[in-house]
Amino acid sequence: MRKNREDTRRGAPLWAPDLIRRRRPGRHRGPPLQLKNGIYCGFIILAAFLIPLVDRNAYHIDVLVTAGIFMMLALGLNVIVGSAGILNLGYAALFAIGSYTYALANIHLHIPFWVGLWISAFSAAFFGMILAFPALRLSGDYIAMVTLGTGEIVRIVLNNLDPITGGPNGLLGIDHPAFGIAGYNFGVRSEPYYYLVLGLVILIVVVLKRIESSRLGRAWLALREDELAASCMGINPVWAKLSAFGIGGFIAGIAGAVFASKQGTVSPDSFDFVVSVMVLAMVVLGGLGNIAGAMLGALVLSLLPELLRGFDLYRMLLFGFAMIVMMLFRPQGILGEIHYQEEFENKLLKRESGAKL
Amino acid sequence: MKPNTLSQSSLLRVENVTKRFGGVTAVGNVTFSVELGQIVGLIGPNGAGKTTLFNCVTGLGLPEEGNIYFGDSETLLNRLDPDQIVAAGVARTFQTIRLFKHMSVLENVMVGAHSKTRSGILGALLRPRWVLVEEKKLVSRAHQLLHFFGLDHKSYEIARNLSYGHQRKLEIARALASQPKLLLLDEPAAGMNPKEKEELLDLIRTIRKSGVTILLIEHDMKVIMPISDHVVVLDYGKKIAEGKPKDIQRNPEVIEAYLGTGTYPSHA
Repeated sequence: MRKNREDTRRGAPLWAPDLIRRRRPGRHRGPPLQLKNGIYCGFIILAAFLIPLVDRNAYHIDVLVTAGIFMMLALGLNVIVGSAGILNLGYAALFAIGSYTYALANIHLHIPFWVGLWISAFSAAFFGMILAFPALRLSGDYIAMVTLGTGEIVRIVLNNLDPITGGPNGLLGIDHPAFGIAGYNFGVRSEPYYYLVLGLVILIVVVLKRIESSRLGRAWLALREDELAASCMGINPVWAKLSAFGIGGFIAGIAGAVFASKQGTVSPDSFDFVVSVMVLAMVVLGGLGNIAGAMLGALVLSLLPELLRGFDLYRMLLFGFAMIVMMLFRPQGILGEIHYQEEFENKLLKRESGAKL
Repeated sequence: MKPNTLSQSSLLRVENVTKRFGGVTAVGNVTFSVELGQIVGLIGPNGAGKTTLFNCVTGLGLPEEGNIYFGDSETLLNRLDPDQIVAAGVARTFQTIRLFKHMSVLENVMVGAHSKTRSGILGALLRPRWVLVEEKKLVSRAHQLLHFFGLDHKSYEIARNLSYGHQRKLEIARALASQPKLLLLDEPAAGMNPKEKEELLDLIRTIRKSGVTILLIEHDMKVIMPISDHVVVLDYGKKIAEGKPKDIQRNPEVIEAYLGTGTYPSHA
């Protein structure tokens, strides 16, 4: 037993990744660990819920809303890059499609936010799958180039299709979310958006956690590990890749609709290549394939530039420096590769539940 | 070479299959069949085209000529994708171990059963009863399989951390999870010590008893001869002999392919 434990420790991080609740199918699911993780999650959600009540600074809340939108994007991209292992450099395109779908639907058809949100999600999922088609026959670096290309095409089309998208000026006068008929309008205050984003992030995490421990989640991981072996185990790579792009797109669409409704305006320069790279950096920084990691990465990379504002012109320099240092010391990301961590967690699980295997 | 008699009870029929890579004919006009319930050994020196033939059968390479039929319904395998072939009932292992290294041992086996499970995106999200039942059955079946291979105590280990012999066994367990009718083993005993090889032979015999037909690539005559009912010998992509292990051992052509002619080149 002792020898065994040492063997597994070799690749595992030194800290205990208790924050992440990982559903294990089967009879060896350790209740104590799950309960513990559940309590941690509860505390984090409660703390997140209380922040706007304690901190009345509108600027702080506004930064957190942006961080939340990026969190959604990081979660969505993590499905494609982290789980399915397809390097996507054009994720901002799906974000853009989500934003413009809501903007157009709202301006021309006066569709309210709560409906437009889902229309955006489905249209971005649809475009995600279209974007996946050229990528299906390719692998590795070539997929990255194709997604980079399609991402740019979408932005350039938005920039030049003046009659529909308003060209570089974008679209103005998008409705903010509202409740009821006469009722409460979100307006330009940050708090309601904060709670909207919080709710959506929780919803997305629940959905992704469920998928992660399902047949589809396993198929994605297998695809990432070894596509050829995966197809010889009965996994249809086309189905697996399309569903990853679809779900990634769906989440980007949700983020896009929230972004458009909050800004009240959309323009192509919000969906630059830099956004794709930034979201990718969040996923990588947090730890590829790790849901909590993607969120943490998004939070860090959204807050860091704001926290560094005191350094004025040197801000971006320090930001870059921080990332280089980070990658030098933890190349597997803040929360590490999910599997190292699981390995460790399984040991914990076994020890705590005292399960005899 | 005497003409091949293809009986109708055969599970797998390989007919005149040719596979070329550019100018090289890796498999040339090979014909043989695997009878239901048999263990068939596919042998030959390095580069004889054994693995290429396996790839043709499992859909990883489309043969230029010839047909591969499977089962009673005469499914034409060379028109199907790898995942459809698994669903039809052909599973395989790889010569170089290709496990999902960073997934747990249990998850590896569960992925193996992919074609036998149905739940999709909606199933994962809504988790209706049938999905939960399916998942539960899947887990318990995976544990059973691992138990059979003596790997149950490693269920939650990451596949990469297993010893070489265990990884080989896990490959077979993963392939069996798809409940195949035909199991293709590509050098399962490679790199094992004599004791492990002996164990493996017992396992393969038990698998056959459970109703799985086995086609086996192997270098080691000590492995292939005691276990096979029928042996097919390839050399330079051509079938040079076929028959009972005893006869194959005495076949001069096979001995020549493996050991050479024994004549020293005397053109000095």
